[in-house]
Amino acid sequence: MSTTDTPSIQVLSNPQLKKSFLEEARLIPGGERIARCLQCGTCTGSCPVSYTMDISPRTVIALFRAGEIEEILKSRTIWVCASCYMCTTRCPQAIKITDLLYALKRTAMEAGLYPERFPVYLLSQNFVRLVNRYGRNHELLLLTLYNLRRNPLALLKALPLGISLLRKGRLPLLPKKIKGIKTIRKILKASSTLKITPAAERPEYAKGMVGYKAVG
Amino acid sequence: MEYLYYPGCSLESAGKGYDESLRTVFRTLGIGLTELEDWNCCGATLYMNVDETTSLAISARNLALAERNGAHDLVAPCSACYTVLLKTNRFLRENPTLKSRVDRLLHEAGLAYGLSVRIRHPLDVLVNDVGIEVIALGAKQSLEGVHFAPYYGCQIVRPERGFDDREFPTTMDRLFERLGAKSVYFPLKTRCCGGMLMTTFPDVALRLVKELLDGAEENGAQCIVATCPLCLINLEAYQRQINKKYQTSFKIPVLFFTQLLGLALGCSEKDLGLHRSLVPLGQPLSKFVA
Repeated sequence: MSTTDTPSIQVLSNPQLKKSFLEEARLIPGGERIARCLQCGTCTGSCPVSYTMDISPRTVIALFRAGEIEEILKSRTIWVCASCYMCTTRCPQAIKITDLLYALKRTAMEAGLYPERFPVYLLSQNFVRLVNRYGRNHELLLLTLYNLRRNPLALLKALPLGISLLRKGRLPLLPKKIKGIKTIRKILKASSTLKITPAAERPEYAKGMVGYKAVG
Repeated sequence: MEYLYYPGCSLESAGKGYDESLRTVFRTLGIGLTELEDWNCCGATLYMNVDETTSLAISARNLALAERNGAHDLVAPCSACYTVLLKTNRFLRENPTLKSRVDRLLHEAGLAYGLSVRIRHPLDVLVNDVGIEVIALGAKQSLEGVHFAPYYGCQIVRPERGFDDREFPTTMDRLFERLGAKSVYFPLKTRCCGGMLMTTFPDVALRLVKELLDGAEENGAQCIVATCPLCLINLEAYQRQINKKYQTSFKIPVLFFTQLLGLALGCSEKDLGLHRSLVPLGQPLSKFVA
C-alpha cells in the first residue's frame, strides 16, 4: 500500500491503532469478552468464507492478544466477512466476533490501511454518501458509483441483468429524497462534532491496552 | 391487529415483489399494516463499516419516528433492516455511552427515542401472532405437490436468539407443511448467501450461492423460499452466471415466503408481485396461480 495515492491517510503508530480499535471494541456490548477466547477454533470451523481468508478468525484473536494489530488490519479477513454471525452464535465464550470484525474494519478504514480502490471501502463510502444525501439507498446509483471507480467494465457486464430488472420494475432509475432529510443532516452535523470526544473520555487506554496484559 | 411497517430500501427496488406480496397477505388476513411515514435507510451492514455512532443514530431516527407514532411493533421484512434495527435497540439498551451519544444526535434533529419499539419480522408476526391454524382457515387452496427448500439466510435468526432457533429454524417449514407443501431436506437453510460479497468479492459469493442451489436441487426442491431481498436477488439473479462458471444448469424459481403464502390464500399473481420474478415459476407452481 502506498500512502501517496490517498491523501487522507494518516499514518498511525501501532499503539495508536490499538487505542483506536479498543475504543471501537469498548462500545460493543460485551466487547471485552475477547479476553475469554479459548482458541478452540469453533469460529473458523463455522465460517462459510474462512477458506478464502488469509488469517482465520481464531488467529485474528490470537494475533490481537499477541499485540499484532497491524497484521490484522492489513489482512483480507476483516473485509471478506459477510456478517452472517455464525461464529458469534457458536462461540462457547460468547465473544462477539462479527461485531469485533466491524470494529476492526472501522479502525482500518480510519487509519487508511486498505488497498487503493478497495471494494469494501469504496462500496461503504458510496453507500454512506447516498444515505447522507437522500436518506435512503439507491441500488442503481450505488452500483454505478462503485463500479465507475472500481471496475467500469463490470458495469457493461451487469447491463443484461440491469435491463431485466428494469423491465420487471425492480430497478428505479431515480433516487427519492426523504422529506425529513434535514433531520439526517442535523444528525450528521452533530456527529462530526462528537468525533473528538472519545479519546478524552477514556484516557486510561493510553498505555498497555493490547496483548495479554490488557485482556488477560 | 395493527402493525407499523418499515419496508426498507430494497423493497422499493429489487425486492418490490416482497413489498407487494407482504401488503397483500396482511390485507387478505385482515391484519393492519401502516407504512412508517418518511422512514430512512437503516444503515445496513455498510454504514456500520464506517461510523458506528452515526449509523446507530440514523437507524434510531426510524425508531424515534415509530415511537412518536405510538407503535409497539415495527415490522421489518428485510433481514438486513431487521438485524440492524434489533442491533440498534440492543446496543442502545446495553451501552449507556452509546445511548447518550445517540440521544444527543437525535436531540439535534428534534427527536428522542425511549427504547419502546419492538422490531418484528413478518414471518414471526404471521406464525406467532396470527397463528398457523388461523392462516390455514383462510387458505383457498392446498399447496400439495409443492416441494420447497426453506431458506432463512443468516440475519433473521442471528446473532441473538429471536423467534426461532439460530441454526435450525423451522417456522417456515411448519407454516407451509400445514398448508400442504413439502419442505425438502435442506441443512443449508441458514447458511450465508454472501450478501454484499456479490458486489465486493463476486467469486466468493458465487460459490456460496452455487452451494445453496446445489443443496436445494439435490434434495428435489422445485423452488427456494426466501425471507430476505438480498438473499433472493443473489439466489435468483446469478443463476445464469453460475451456470456459465460451473457448467451447471440451474433454473430454480426463488420466491419470497409471502408470495408462496399468498398463492395458498388465493391471491393473484400481480398482487403478489410474482410477475417480477426473473426465473419463471414453472411446474408445479404455476398451476397455483389464480
